[in-house]
This record gives sequence, structure tokens and C-alpha cells, in this order.
Amino acid sequence: MFRRLEDSAPERIEIEIDGEPVLVPAGISLAAALFYLDAMPSRRTQLSASPRAAFCMMGACFECLLEVEGEGSQRACQLQVRPGLRAWRQLDPLEPGANS
Amino acid sequence: MKTSYPLVIIGAGPAGMAAAQVAAAQGVEVAVIDEQAQPGGQIYRNVDSSPLADAQLLGRDYLLGKPQVQAFRHTPIEYFPASAVWYLDRNREIGLLHQAEHRRIEAGSIVIACGAQERPMPIPGWQLPGVMTAGAGQILLKSAALVPSQPPVLAGSGPLMLLLAWQYLRAGVGVRAIVDTTPRHNRLQAMLRLPRALAAAEYLYKGLKLISAIKRARIPWYLEARNLCADGDEQLQRLRFDSRGGAVEIETGLLQLHQGVIPALQLADAAGCEMRWSEMQQCWQPLVDAWGESSIAGVFIAGDAAGIGGARAAALAGQLAGLQVAFRQNRIGQQQRNRLARPLQIALRRHLAIRPFLDSYYRIDNDAQLSDGTTLVCRCEEISAAEIDAVAALGCSGPNQAKAFTRCGMGHCQGRFCGASVEILLARHRACSVADIGRFTTRPPLKPVTLGQLAAASGDQS
Repeated sequence: MFRRLEDSAPERIEIEIDGEPVLVPAGISLAAALFYLDAMPSRRTQLSASPRAAFCMMGACFECLLEVEGEGSQRACQLQVRPGLRAWRQLDPLEPGANS
Repeated sequence: MKTSYPLVIIGAGPAGMAAAQVAAAQGVEVAVIDEQAQPGGQIYRNVDSSPLADAQLLGRDYLLGKPQVQAFRHTPIEYFPASAVWYLDRNREIGLLHQAEHRRIEAGSIVIACGAQERPMPIPGWQLPGVMTAGAGQILLKSAALVPSQPPVLAGSGPLMLLLAWQYLRAGVGVRAIVDTTPRHNRLQAMLRLPRALAAAEYLYKGLKLISAIKRARIPWYLEARNLCADGDEQLQRLRFDSRGGAVEIETGLLQLHQGVIPALQLADAAGCEMRWSEMQQCWQPLVDAWGESSIAGVFIAGDAAGIGGARAAALAGQLAGLQVAFRQNRIGQQQRNRLARPLQIALRRHLAIRPFLDSYYRIDNDAQLSDGTTLVCRCEEISAAEIDAVAALGCSGPNQAKAFTRCGMGHCQGRFCGASVEILLARHRACSVADIGRFTTRPPLKPVTLGQLAAASGDQS
């Protein structure tokens, strides 16, 4: 859905999304990384399993919740990527902790 | 980290940075807490650490933040970035989450400078992936140098929508269409306020510059749009709306919504500050005096958190709050305070001169909001407008009863993205002003905190 402007800083780092290693620009938020990777939806709601993705990018809407390093429902827009970071999309609404 | 500070400032945007610098310069011991990893707030995000090869593409006003951020970085204060305030009360006790640990801090004075959030723009399908706020698009550009892969549709009303379109054009990204919901009848009210706005003519000049660049790029610009509907199954596929009587449908995978910004009130609410409804800005605002002091002595609110005025006004309001705190703590005398404050007050008045014009030009039409009952009002608990209408028909007494009946506002975002909609729906049902409807009660935790974090902290203190 989003691409990196070509003339911006070229450094890439490896992180893990849903157990898959991926390369993303260094210094961006985890929520931005998901848009960069087109990893949509970034979660499903527990009530109706409807697909969602980051909406406000400033910590207010809580739509970008992700499981990060074993901790559920972290705001991906408030976390910077770092090499080796492991995150899971919460795609199984019945078992939010089932990924880890 | 200490357990008490003479002054705690919450937020490191233009208001918070300015308050910190002024107070510290007068010898006040200051702690600044900010949710972001870098100072600057949303407006000056990444201004001195931009991933963009040329940050000029964001515009000159953005770069104005760079010296402010650099001066803040050299100010002798205690700075807690990437930290959240989850608790605040009228006795100026703060619950802080810093490096995933809970800390209790007592503050002699507090400056709340947590800025604004975007006014929710609920339309059917706004919860789909592929729909986000215009502010989110701008944050992706400022902080990650990310731009849409395909030209997006921008929908709504207000300067930020135009600014984002202009920035995308400068970044070499097209814009598929602008779907403008600004009510036509706002124009007359705005024109009556134009003479006063001339005192801050640079804002008018900037607006005209944005508009003419968008027109030169020949972006389709649909006016008086109503009944917007985002459509798609797993992701957004198209936007449907009416414009000047005709039905329009645009295929798009990305829709960026905007209808102005409103003060972020959670902290002021948690402290118990008195609020009033602003008919002009169509939002609640805390009552503050000329120095930014709220109804609670020692609790100041500066910048957009006290009423939308923009970044320049926010910095001036922050400076005034910093001076008053220094005066209260006997760091400066009354005469010196007044002498230092005078040029700030004059500049503040000038920067605010544009607001009546902008506020009336982009005033939202509450009657045009939530016209479709299937619209999700509460994205977290998935409560529709029809469900709120139903409890209103049962005689629901106000937002808090609507919350108890439906769970609307009880989800993760704690009402940040549904409060305004619930107020509009209840006011419509009772044919009264939102001022008479009231608002959700805000209770801590204002940000998520785990029982483990609380337990660990109480262990330390016992």
C-alpha cells in the first residue's frame, strides 16, 4: 500500500513478522513497516473477526495492536523496528495469544 | 529519576518544548514526559532526524521546528521520551510508564501540552484496511519516508487535507481525487471574518498557495460531497459519495480522511479540569486563563490541548505558561513576568487572528455526519450509529448511559474516536446543542498499564 521514497536513507534491517524474516527500512515504526510490507490486515477484531490496520499512527486509536516479543496487543505505531524484532499479527480472534 | 519535580510538562511538541525552555531558563527544575521517542510532537516529527533526502518537500513551516527541537535538546531538564502518563489527578500526582516500568511522580505544577487528535470522521467502512486519517499519511511521510504506492483519495475538509495533497505532489506522488465535504454555506460566515484574518495574512497566503498548486496539478476536486461510503471486503476497494446532486464512485485502495483536529482532553479530564463547549470550533475545551492555568490551581494547559490554534500559537502559549510557573515559584517577579510576557501576548493574538476565519470556513456540518445507521460509531466495540440511536430513543440520559447500555467507548481507545459521534447523535435526537449533552467520563488508566507493572512498583515502595 505504501512505498519508500527512493532517495531516502537506504539502510534496511531484518525483522520477523509471523515467523517470516523480512527486510524493512531502519528507524521506522513497526506499524509503518507493516504498510511497507503490505501485511494487511494487521489484525482481526475479537468481536467479529473483521480486518483492521493502523488508522491514526499516533497512539490514539489502538487499531495497530500486534503481538510483539510475546506481549499481546502492543501499539505498533509506538514501537520502532530493531534488528531481530519478532512480531505476530493477531489474526486469530479467538486465541489472541495462540501465535507464540 | 526523582519522585517529585517543581514542574512536570506532559508533551514535547511546540507548547511543551517552549514551556520547558522558558521555565528552565528562570531556574525552575523541569521534567518533560513525552510519548514519542524524539521531541517535536506530531507537527515537527523527525524534524532533526528526517529519513527524507530533502525534508524541504514538507514545506517551510515544518522546518521552523528544527531550531526549536535543537534548542530543546540543549535545555537542562529531565527528559523522559517514549514514556506515557497513564494516571493523573487533581493533586498533581502522575502515574508514569517509563521503560516499561511504573513510577509515581508528584508535581508542583503541571503543564499539559499533549496537543490535538484528529476529529473522528465516521463513514460506513472507515474501519477497513486502506482507510486511515490524513494525519496518519503525513506521519508515514515524516517519520518513515513512506508514500502511497498508488495515488490516494483524500476526503473531508480542512487545511491538513490540502497540506497533505500538496506534500504528496511535491514528493512526486499523484492524488487520485479530493472529495471535499466543506459545507458551501460556511463561506459567508468565513468572509465576514476575513478582515480580522488579514492580521495573520501569511496563513491566507499559504492556503492560497496550496489550493493553486492542487488546481494546477488538475486533481479532480469534488465539492460539497455528502454520504461518503468506503466499500470493500477485506480491504478498501472504492469510495462512493454524492457531490452536487450526482452520485460518484471512485476505485481506490487508499482513502485518507480528515475533518479538522480537536484538543486531546484525556489528561485534562483525568485531572478534573472544567470544560466548556466551543460552538466556533465544535469541540470541548478546558477553561484556562490568559496564562493557560485551568480551573485547578497549578495545572496549566498550553497549545492545541487547550483549543486549536496551530503550532506557532502553541509555542507562545507554552512560553506564557512557563513564565507563570516561574512567577508562582518565585523565580521572577510580577514586573519581570509582565515585561517578558508582553511581546508573547501580542504575537499570540496575531497568530490567533486567523482562527475565526479558518474555524468558520471549515466548520463541520453536524447534520451531515452519521447519515447512515450502519456506520460504526465505536470502532473498538463495533457499535453502530443505529445502536446509539436505539438507546437514544429509549430515553438514554447522556453519553455515559449510552456507554453503559452499549459498551460504546469502553474499548481500547477509551472513547477517543467515538465520543464526538455519540454526542452528535444524542444531541440530534434531543434537538439540542452538544453543550447540553455532556461527555464521557475519563478514567485511568489513560494508556495501557499491566497489573505486573503496578505490582512491581508497589513492591518497590513498600
